[in-house]
Amino acid sequence: MSLVTDKIISKPKIETRDLGLEMTENNRSLIEISNFDFFYGEKQALFDVSMDIKEREVTAFIGPSGCGKSTLLRCINRMNDLIEVARIGSGKITVNGVDIYDDRVDTIELRKRVGMVFQKSNPFPKSIYENVVYGLRIQGITRKSKLDEAVERCLKGAALWEEVKDRLDTSGLSLSGGQQQRLCIARALAVEPDILLMDEPCSALDPVATAKVEELIHTLKDRYTIVIVTHNMQQAARVSDRTAFFYLGKLIEMNATDQIFMSPDKEQTEAYISGRFG
Amino acid sequence: MKRYFHEELEEIRSHLMLMGEKAVESVKLAMQALLESDIELANQVMESDDVIDDIEKQIDDEVVRYVSLRAPVARDLRLLFVAIKASHDLERVGDEASNIAGRTKKILAQGLPIDAVARVPRMCELAINMLEDSLRSFIQEEESLAYSIVGRDREVDTLNRENFKELVELMKSDSANVSACTEMVFISKSFERIADHAKNIAEEVFYLLTAQSLKEVTRGK
Ligand SMILES: Nc1ncnc2c1ncn2[C@@H]1O[C@H](COP(=O)(O)OP(=O)(O)O)[C@@H](O)[C@H]1O
Ligand SMILES: [Mg+2]
Repeated sequence: MSLVTDKIISKPKIETRDLGLEMTENNRSLIEISNFDFFYGEKQALFDVSMDIKEREVTAFIGPSGCGKSTLLRCINRMNDLIEVARIGSGKITVNGVDIYDDRVDTIELRKRVGMVFQKSNPFPKSIYENVVYGLRIQGITRKSKLDEAVERCLKGAALWEEVKDRLDTSGLSLSGGQQQRLCIARALAVEPDILLMDEPCSALDPVATAKVEELIHTLKDRYTIVIVTHNMQQAARVSDRTAFFYLGKLIEMNATDQIFMSPDKEQTEAYISGRFG
Repeated sequence: MKRYFHEELEEIRSHLMLMGEKAVESVKLAMQALLESDIELANQVMESDDVIDDIEKQIDDEVVRYVSLRAPVARDLRLLFVAIKASHDLERVGDEASNIAGRTKKILAQGLPIDAVARVPRMCELAINMLEDSLRSFIQEEESLAYSIVGRDREVDTLNRENFKELVELMKSDSANVSACTEMVFISKSFERIADHAKNIAEEVFYLLTAQSLKEVTRGK
């Protein structure tokens, strides 16, 4: 039955199928969070959180609103330093082996290595071009050829180049919501981070724009380590390699995403992902 | 827009095709082993059953994973249902081929009257044609081909009944034939079942392509 054979041959062999799990085991931990307690004033927001985040994977944080996902995400690049009442109780976070709360850490440098994309896209009221090179200008880079190169590279990296290459001088605010979010991702890429933190990056987007950002995340994980907070469990299932489920400031369960969605270890996780919560 | 995970559906499709190809090959080789009294070949068929079982297991895992992670709907969802059902039919086809090979070995150890095999090649040919057509209807997404398979199992059923009568006569005429002819009764039944599985697959493909039940559409055909 040559017909069947013809179709099969063009496909990868069955044995070589990679479920993604094999790769997962080999990736090294880039971010290590150990016994981390975190407070806003008297109120404790994170309780004894420990987890490893692997290099060049997408890790999703899920859990009901207020469970501490954004708080933990912001701790990874010390964005919480900007909140006056915020303080660490105990524990530590290392990035690439370095304790990021060590006094000697330069937070500007840290936030260059660990970029952030927010829920609400927030382009500056400047041209598309200037939005992308913003971080580079702050670093004192002025050479046009270098900036031009970065604009093209980052807009391509953010899957936006084809849509805007003929109007780089128009305002970033003139773009659609989905385009603005990809512009913010391009801006984050410009300073060449290793890690991208994304806090509900699609929550303000329609399904098509969401799909585009998800596709982008899928391509970015070849080069970046991505941590994404999402209230959309289907999105976590689609884009992530690992999923961490939080409840009331505690990490309940973290595992390979297919494991979490096919057979979670904890009853609370199962109740949450199957919509039987509360 | 095509999403990156849609390739996983293609993968499931191609595993089903691979499984179909292996099942067809097993049936053909089982027939050949019987006609050519080839014990080696019979052994080979029995061994290859594990490969078919493994592919079914893999398809099951892939389908569960896809359903868990990708929220499939409409035709994508039907493909996954069909993959589960058709792979189960193909696994059964592999079992039948393996049964045929096992019984062939027993027959070869004791000899068989030539008449006892007479209708089997025709049954095998019909069953394999049905199986190949049902798989082709899947690969080429031809609902008319899937539709045309309905009713084609009747000739196989008839041959099986005739075979049974003939085998009973052979057993009556010479008690030395009883054990080998009994094996042939089962072999004949195996081919009939293979045709049934082919018909099931055709129904499944028809459902995949049209979202309709072939049984309902052809009621009274
Ligand atoms: N800036 C802040 N000041 C005081 N409390 C805060 C602040 N940000 C968050 N919280 C509290 O910390 C807890 C966790 O919030 P958050 O990390 O935003 O949760 P999530 O992102 O999972 O919805 C909540 O109880 C929230 O009210
Ligand atoms: Mg939040």
